[in-house]
Amino acid sequence: MKRERVLMKGNEALAEAAVRAGCRYFFGYPITPQNEIPEYMSRRLPEVGGQFVQAESEVAAINMLYGAGGAGARAMTSSSSPGISLKQEGISYMAAAEVPGLIVNMTRGGPGLGGIQPAQSDYHQATRGGGHGDYRTIVFGPATVQEMVDLVGKAFDLADRYRTPVVIVGDGMLGQIMEPVVLPDPVDPDRLPPKPWATTGARGRRPNLINSLHLAAAECEELNRRLEAKYSEIRANEQMAEIVHPGADYFVVAYGTTARICREAVGQAREEGLSVGLLRPITLWPFPTKAFEEALETAKGFLTVEMSLGQMVDDVRLSVGGRAPVRFYGRTGGVVPSAEEVLGEIRRMVEEGDEGR
Amino acid sequence: MKLAIIMSGFGGQGVMSMGQLLAYAAMDEGREVTWLPSYGPEMRGGAAYCTVVVSDRPVGSPLTTRPDACIIMNRPSLDKFEEAVKPGGILVLNTSLCDRLPGRDDLTLVALPVTDIASDLGDFRVANMVALGAFLEVEPVVKSSSVLEALKKTLPEHRRHLLPLNEKALEAGALEARKRLQDRTA
Repeated sequence: MKRERVLMKGNEALAEAAVRAGCRYFFGYPITPQNEIPEYMSRRLPEVGGQFVQAESEVAAINMLYGAGGAGARAMTSSSSPGISLKQEGISYMAAAEVPGLIVNMTRGGPGLGGIQPAQSDYHQATRGGGHGDYRTIVFGPATVQEMVDLVGKAFDLADRYRTPVVIVGDGMLGQIMEPVVLPDPVDPDRLPPKPWATTGARGRRPNLINSLHLAAAECEELNRRLEAKYSEIRANEQMAEIVHPGADYFVVAYGTTARICREAVGQAREEGLSVGLLRPITLWPFPTKAFEEALETAKGFLTVEMSLGQMVDDVRLSVGGRAPVRFYGRTGGVVPSAEEVLGEIRRMVEEGDEGR
Repeated sequence: MKLAIIMSGFGGQGVMSMGQLLAYAAMDEGREVTWLPSYGPEMRGGAAYCTVVVSDRPVGSPLTTRPDACIIMNRPSLDKFEEAVKPGGILVLNTSLCDRLPGRDDLTLVALPVTDIASDLGDFRVANMVALGAFLEVEPVVKSSSVLEALKKTLPEHRRHLLPLNEKALEAGALEARKRLQDRTA
């Protein structure tokens, strides 16, 4: 039977998908444009025997997530840019202590308090760890409400499998938009794979310890090596990207909301006879380098489009490695680029070829 | 087929609900659709608006700078969006709360006293349905029966008694729009 399509706001659909993925604990602090997530969770979690806590601050919320994740529960927090900055210390602790958890960032314009309109200027923060120390988090950058919903379950699964915090980066638009969505089947949190490392009360076994303090340098280096081995495995196995129109001469590279705008522009460019495709990273970390290898079989140039003044473009340049020119176009501070603007940039790329390097 | 519609009015005039109903109806008719509100510190008395995109294919940008149609519920909204409408596009205007007409002559204009019509029906709060009815008369992107079905599904139980009034409002809007379009072609 075909499952029912329902019209849902991005924030609410994400929250419902989390509940269906077995998330029973939410800790947060209000901030626009993600307030529908805590609002929805405050109503929904008690219905399934879960707990919603509006913490006294973002710092408290992330540390509650650290605690719930350490106790083995599926749990999450959500915020938007300035609030995510406050959570970075806790995310670093979670990465070090190998505690799973989901962190959602409905990004808004920055720096500072910035604005409340959609942005992608937290890319560096999300993909480089964000807090202190030598760590990474898995980062998803969905482009539609449906994709975001589908990635929530995957995010929880990967967080558990690799024992690492996972981040979903949306933006104000993806949080606020309503789109038809097919929701996943619910998962029973009691039937998930066991977590023998969790601090669940040491009855009948030796105590478990969740900790990120390693005063002996060699011991701390050993932790870093173990984490890096895990990150290498993630880099090798978890890259996700979509290539629209493979075999094209030129590629636009964009993720999230920007990718759907670029998809429209790419369609218009192709109607004009231009050989252009779209390379859309879905995992922002690990960055989908394999997709670039595929695109580079035909690509004569790339145009990175972001709602920032150029962050992901660094990863595009690293992946392309000088084998083709990489251009950049960005709007920032909450301004969303239009398909017409992107189309203009595509035309320029094709006309100028190597000149635009 | 792709149609981008902006609906705009004062907070409280039901523009967000109007857009959501259109989006629900379009989804139920098997279309792809997005609904995006203007969110943020909108000024009291200013324009609160939403953008609905209905398409046969997955919607790229849910934003538009050149809407195919605008449903304008007050004067600040007309000032904000009049120039944005695509040449040849549709403009539904609530003349009850707008003291001027658009200056453009390249639009299909349906100007009707939406709020007064709603008040005559018994409740000014169904003004949004009058406007939506008028719009669907000019651009039948969804059937009005689908809008009513959507309303049935989304109205909470204790508001169900308002369904007949909403149906009347949709019809009244359509009727007024038809009259005005005929007058112009006559």
